[in-house]
Amino acid sequence: MSGILNSSIGRKFAMALSALFLMIFVLQHFVINLFSVLSPDTFNEISHFMGTFWVVQYVIQPILIIGVIFHFVMGFVLEIKNKKANGVKYAKNNGAANSTWMSRNMIWSGGFILAFLIIHFIDFWIPEINTKYIIGDMSGMHNGEFRYFHELQEKFVPIWRVALYIVGFVFLALHLLHGFDSAFQSTGANNKYTKGLQGFGKAYAILVPLGFIFIALFHHFTH
Amino acid sequence: MNLTLKIWRQKDSKAKGQMVDYKVTEISEHMSFLEMMDVLNEQLVNSGEEPVAFDHDCREGICGMCSMYINGEAHGPDRGITTCQLHMRMFNDGDTITIEPFRAAAFPVIKDLVVDRMAFERIQQAGGYISVNTSGNTQDANNIPISKHAADEAMDAATCIGCGACVATCKNSSAMLFVGAKVSQYALLPQGQVEAADRVKNMVAQMDLEGFGNCTNTGACEVECPKGISLENIARMNREYLSATLKG
Repeated sequence: MSGILNSSIGRKFAMALSALFLMIFVLQHFVINLFSVLSPDTFNEISHFMGTFWVVQYVIQPILIIGVIFHFVMGFVLEIKNKKANGVKYAKNNGAANSTWMSRNMIWSGGFILAFLIIHFIDFWIPEINTKYIIGDMSGMHNGEFRYFHELQEKFVPIWRVALYIVGFVFLALHLLHGFDSAFQSTGANNKYTKGLQGFGKAYAILVPLGFIFIALFHHFTH
Repeated sequence: MNLTLKIWRQKDSKAKGQMVDYKVTEISEHMSFLEMMDVLNEQLVNSGEEPVAFDHDCREGICGMCSMYINGEAHGPDRGITTCQLHMRMFNDGDTITIEPFRAAAFPVIKDLVVDRMAFERIQQAGGYISVNTSGNTQDANNIPISKHAADEAMDAATCIGCGACVATCKNSSAMLFVGAKVSQYALLPQGQVEAADRVKNMVAQMDLEGFGNCTNTGACEVECPKGISLENIARMNREYLSATLKG
């Protein structure tokens, strides 16, 4: 058990578990964001609950941060190990003949998602941490009403930020198009349900990022 | 047909290799790829040059000796075949064909297109067998009932000829399709299940020790495998390994 992360299969398994956890997180993030379109009041209430409930803040949030860091660090570690295993490069390599672009370029789509996440943290997470834990304002209010919906809308006024987020979500879709199935295969789940799961994975990989793009555009054009 | 060949030439394991261009003429489309290589070598010998070294043995797709990375694919552009089963009808007159050895740090080049695939042998020796004394007291095979489904899956896994195309084609130089097939062919049968936990742990440890990369499930190995070994074997190996390791 202790040496499981020292083995290639153990590392794959850990990578897959962190991926499955992050995919669940992305889905709940999407559902909450969708309320900003459907019902701003509900969005405000959920945001306030998520931002102040101690279980979310002090238990789930640290697990999420560890999960994100682990997924990125392990991704880069595996890439370095795999490059070392390659030896001399082929003069001619026809990768497109046997695999998808997404599966061969997970490190690039992942790298762009990391860059996007840094921007996203600067836009939303750091100001939120500043308001709550540096300034000490846990009320979630501004001028007598909840601030969350207005802050979200303000962020998507500049078109350059909307464009940047769209690019980020496109890379998320590319990453998920391979990552969803791959995570299940790495855990050893390849059976009679695999075909159905692959279909669900494709739908998830396209619809969730597309939904995020819709939300960003919605706020840009309705503000 | 007349062809231009770009072939990796490397004098020995320590020499620095390079791609060298050759012309071959009047190649019949009915020839196998290896026969075309024989024509080239005859031409080279007649002109006093060193022939191109390449692995081959049975020339009927069974032994797993022939290799070669042809136009960017292990065993060339056809599917479900080894290089010896590749025919020149897959190419056109005037084509330029790039021929390289299987590449992986764990498969060092010995000479030209010949690579050392002994890493696979060492993985097999680490657990790819069952410890049964077969000298004189062999049981009748039908004494142990085995379901048709398990027998079929085990047989599918056992068709792996250990050619190394999976490693050569994998962008990570991972050997997991090979090891997955070897683990599966025993894990699916009652005779192999007795030593299943030790087998998978030892074979995976040896695989890692040999310097093969980590599988990222691109599926390229399954596509290029001449025997159509399925990715299900990698998933089974993952399950076997995780279960064996977590049980201690």
